[in-house]
Amino acid sequence: MALDGVTRDRPDPHAAELASKYGLSVTGARPGMIEYIRRLWQHRYFIGEFSRARSSTKYTRARLGGFWFVLTPLMNAAVYYVIFGLLLGTSRGVEDFISFLVTGVFVFTFTRDTVTSGVKSISGERGLIRALHFPRAVLPLTQVSMKSRQVVISMVVLMVIVIARQNYPDWSWLLIVPILALQLMFNTGLAFWAARLGSKSTDAAQWLPFVLRAWMYGSGVLYMVEQRAANAPTWALTVLDVQPAAVYIDLMRYALMSPENFGTQYLPAHVWLIALGWALLALVAGFVYFYRAEEEYGRD
Amino acid sequence: MTDVSEQAEQTDQAARAEQGGRNGQAEAKQDQPPTVIVDNLHIVYRLRGGGPGKAKGAKGKAALREQALAAKEQQDQEPQQDRGGRASRAVRRLTGRSEQAKKGGRKVHAIRGVSFTAYRGEAIGVIGSNGSGKSTILRAIAGLMPPEAGRVYTEGQPSLLGVNAALMNDLSGERNVILGCLAMGMTPQEAYAKREEIIRFSGINEKGDFSSLPMRAYSSGMAARLRFAIASAKNHDVLMIDEALATGDRKFRRRSEERIRELRGEAGTVFLVSHSNKSIRDTCDRVLWLETGSLVMDGPTEEVLEAYEEFMNG
Repeated sequence: MALDGVTRDRPDPHAAELASKYGLSVTGARPGMIEYIRRLWQHRYFIGEFSRARSSTKYTRARLGGFWFVLTPLMNAAVYYVIFGLLLGTSRGVEDFISFLVTGVFVFTFTRDTVTSGVKSISGERGLIRALHFPRAVLPLTQVSMKSRQVVISMVVLMVIVIARQNYPDWSWLLIVPILALQLMFNTGLAFWAARLGSKSTDAAQWLPFVLRAWMYGSGVLYMVEQRAANAPTWALTVLDVQPAAVYIDLMRYALMSPENFGTQYLPAHVWLIALGWALLALVAGFVYFYRAEEEYGRD
Repeated sequence: MTDVSEQAEQTDQAARAEQGGRNGQAEAKQDQPPTVIVDNLHIVYRLRGGGPGKAKGAKGKAALREQALAAKEQQDQEPQQDRGGRASRAVRRLTGRSEQAKKGGRKVHAIRGVSFTAYRGEAIGVIGSNGSGKSTILRAIAGLMPPEAGRVYTEGQPSLLGVNAALMNDLSGERNVILGCLAMGMTPQEAYAKREEIIRFSGINEKGDFSSLPMRAYSSGMAARLRFAIASAKNHDVLMIDEALATGDRKFRRRSEERIRELRGEAGTVFLVSHSNKSIRDTCDRVLWLETGSLVMDGPTEEVLEAYEEFMNG
């Protein structure tokens, strides 16, 4: 039988030796952290172009096209306004409830969207992973970049609404830039974490939405948490006050809304340090967590 | 057939090979430095959930094959385990009763201890019947499939050009060219400079201005041509082509074979998976024959193809 044919080329008993002699490296091995970041930097144009391409094709088959970029956040805000503002009356005790609500919804949506798309960023691009070689961190970063494009549009919509509610631009509006930058760092870290979580199994994609919804209700998006949870122990109130989503949301409200409606009394002490701390912690921890499984992506 | 996959048989074969000493192609190329060293490679696919016929995502040929193999292996190894439905399997997985369950699903041993060394300037054909592990071994060399055991050493970063290399269907051919170049690590300047040349080489504009149309308007042959054109725009130390030329017409195949020879001339190594013995004969000087994940034969093209044809007809 032909299968009895002799295998001619035996493995070199000293394969590793031979490899190092000719400068061959183990294929697919995870490079060092510095080298990895360098390669990631080399692919920055790919991240930009890829996210631009993905965004531009997102609504190509919708009749309203790119209009959805504006419509989606608006409709979100409208639904929450009807349910919480009109039906449940959570607006009691909150000045300028519409600005309060819309800012909260838009800021939280930025984080939520980044995490939910991050969780699918590896598992949804298996074809690309198996076809091409690039640092896998490109994929969650592409999603982050897409959501950042979207948030620019949302912010314009938000500003229009806030101005219509007679909160006119002043110097504090300049704070929008650092706030968004810090939130972006925080979101990127979460996206890395979610990407690895969702890379092996799709379980994370199932339970994450529930966690995110619970997080939203605990973040004072729709009401003042302090008023609702007035009977809670102090430590719980502190936690609710300094957790990242609440920090970024309240900072944005502080920047956009007029001081008499939302002033510094609603912000925790050292709020900027806390915001920066969350951003750095999430980014570094998320990136390291993602990087450590680099070789595993692409395996079923 | 099944004998081949057994470990005992394999070591036996290996011992005989060692006694016989090295000869043939590997010897002739010894003066050239090696570019790929595959050392006792094992690849195992782990499949989760989805009994036969239920598995989702069974799109490609590979997925279907894995599924079939998985079903077969399960029957062989643990017939008592497939009694329950999907939910009870999930529970078993969670409780982690067996070692296999703990690792999440069933296994397919796709590559079983393959070793060979490829040298600079070689064009190596990879043949074998369906499901013999040809695509898998290329993926492993490219570093896209982590090995279960063994090692693959390569010079530089090998590039794999497969049938389903991802291009975006909603985007125009031009835009895909740019994206592909950037993904290979080019700068935007380089990518834009190469765009015209790539489109000309692919020949997609021969039947009108197709390069500005979204790729979903392309025929499968045109898409394959564009993919090959993009991948071959860069000089690779190691380029692997997985049936990517099969859908191209004769004219394009001739052109791409020429390009393969050029790439070899630029001191690279080219791997070609194909079911067309003719295109293997035309481009390759050495052939690896895989069957059920083991290397059956490795030698000069004519010799191996003869044995292979005899095996396939017999």
